[in-house]
Amino acid sequence: MRTEPLLFELGAPGRRGYTLPECDVPGKVEDYLPAAACRRADAALPELSEVEVVRHFTHLASMNYGVDTGFYPLGSCTMKYNPKVNEAVAALPGFTNLHPLVPVEAAQGALELMYNLQEYLAEITGMDAVTLQPAAGAHGEFTGLAIIAAYHQSRGDLERRQVLVPDSAHGTNPASAAMAGLEVVQIPSDERGLVDLEALQAAVGPRTAALMLTNPNTLGLFESDIEAMADLVHAAGGLLYYDGANLNAIMGITRPGDMGFDVVHLNLHKTFAAPHGGGGPGSGPVGVKKHLAAFLPVPVVARDDAGRYYLDYDRPQTIGRIRSFYGNFGVMVRAYAYIRTLGASGLKEASEQAVLNANYMLARLRPYFKVPFDRVCKHEFVIAPPKEVNEAGVHTLDIAKRLLDYGFHAPTIYFPLIVHEAMMIEPTETEPKETLDAFCDALIAIAKEAVEDPEVLHQAPHNTPVRRLDEVGAARNPVLRWQGK
Amino acid sequence: MEFPTNLYYSKDHEWVEVEGNRARIGITDYAQESLGDIVFVELPQVGDELAAGDSFGVVESVKSASDVYAPVGGKVVAVNEALLDSPQDINADPYGKGWMIELEMSDPAEVEDLMDAGAYRQLVKEEKGE
Repeated sequence: MRTEPLLFELGAPGRRGYTLPECDVPGKVEDYLPAAACRRADAALPELSEVEVVRHFTHLASMNYGVDTGFYPLGSCTMKYNPKVNEAVAALPGFTNLHPLVPVEAAQGALELMYNLQEYLAEITGMDAVTLQPAAGAHGEFTGLAIIAAYHQSRGDLERRQVLVPDSAHGTNPASAAMAGLEVVQIPSDERGLVDLEALQAAVGPRTAALMLTNPNTLGLFESDIEAMADLVHAAGGLLYYDGANLNAIMGITRPGDMGFDVVHLNLHKTFAAPHGGGGPGSGPVGVKKHLAAFLPVPVVARDDAGRYYLDYDRPQTIGRIRSFYGNFGVMVRAYAYIRTLGASGLKEASEQAVLNANYMLARLRPYFKVPFDRVCKHEFVIAPPKEVNEAGVHTLDIAKRLLDYGFHAPTIYFPLIVHEAMMIEPTETEPKETLDAFCDALIAIAKEAVEDPEVLHQAPHNTPVRRLDEVGAARNPVLRWQGK
Repeated sequence: MEFPTNLYYSKDHEWVEVEGNRARIGITDYAQESLGDIVFVELPQVGDELAAGDSFGVVESVKSASDVYAPVGGKVVAVNEALLDSPQDINADPYGKGWMIELEMSDPAEVEDLMDAGAYRQLVKEEKGE
């Protein structure tokens, strides 16, 4: 397979894609601008013809791998297929041509969509009020924690600065807590792969601001003690924060609000099929129970008695504005279309199918891999290479690289941190059985190769445009810009 | 994998070498192997006061970034600044050139709460699921 040079390495001096019309302003730029504002030397821009530019980007696009090209089982990330009808809806000119500063009277349709989406998300999560503003999951976490901190402060409860985070948590949880100025306390998992209740009991107290938890957790296991955990934390005066990264396992079956959570963030770019990865944009709405609604960021999309929609800024206890304008509106349109297309029964079926797919794969892989916490899983599961593979000197990284040769995106690796050599696989609901089987077959074949010919894995990938990258060299000695010949 | 018998070990995979009331601290062979190639190290300042369990630094590999915790409390009296330029010393020689800090222990009895080589070897076995 070929690689593609950089734009700067293509073309020739003087070559142009198109010709600008002659300048109708007399004189030169220097005649109009102070000397300090003028370039001393010409910008070293690439010089190419139009067809060279088109071919360059077409080559790059053909090397891209996404959910539209193949299976993408990145655990915890929910890289689900994004139905094309959502794109068509989001591209409607009524949405794309809407300026964020038009008066609300001229944006009633967009506001109605946002209002309804708030209501749907509240219903799906069992919450009372929702903000659509956060631009991504971690931004949602930060917003949720700011709301929790504001709640405790409003009650004069100033000592609550600790956020309890299980050791299986997403790395963003402790990071968001630290960003919000709170102190992180780690809670260990027990031998079931669930939160250690005794350790939680020992950690909660008058300094507990909140427990952050995802359920199912990052091992893909349902925290069956969730009600006892909620009681423990609430009895101590703390709140429960739900990381919505794993909501795809439970839609229509159970709700964070019913489990006792006070705050939840969602990832529209995961669970609600908005495009994901490649820099976004994402969307991380936050839902809260009644007692926290006053602290939501402004503006909140509201409806008056006459059925008109408006942006409510009159909320004295708000944590303030956390995003320019109203969040990533285009992502909301896609999520709205997704929810309306599937309906309540369709969302439930999506979760059921996601869980079934994961359990099917786990059952197929169980005889060939180590399953550290072997129970019925939810929408994702964690396995590790068997002993004989490790003894052959082959690591999870080598297996992940070898999967590329078989034409698959690798699963999440080395996460969660509590499993040695972890591989975390999340198939999502839309994959046909043939794809699940092909991926399992590839993993099983690779486990066999690892023992018979470990070098093949150490050298992998073999069939990609570039071979194994020197990640260590890149991290220790980063070269961050192109410097020419 | 090495488990020197003259050292104490924490459940967070740090080792402690005790000499009088001074404690030299680093991460274990198992820890460096699990992290993979280490590319960045963050160390405390000489003079910092640490309680047992406090995070005193960060080791970052291409796989992940991990806090490193003080297995015992005390005042930082030396840090291995060579690691800032050559973090790979931790991979190559975790119990020697890869040492991270030295503490003047505030309560030398705290080492009694740590594991010996045999107990730590057992913990590693369990973590690897063997």
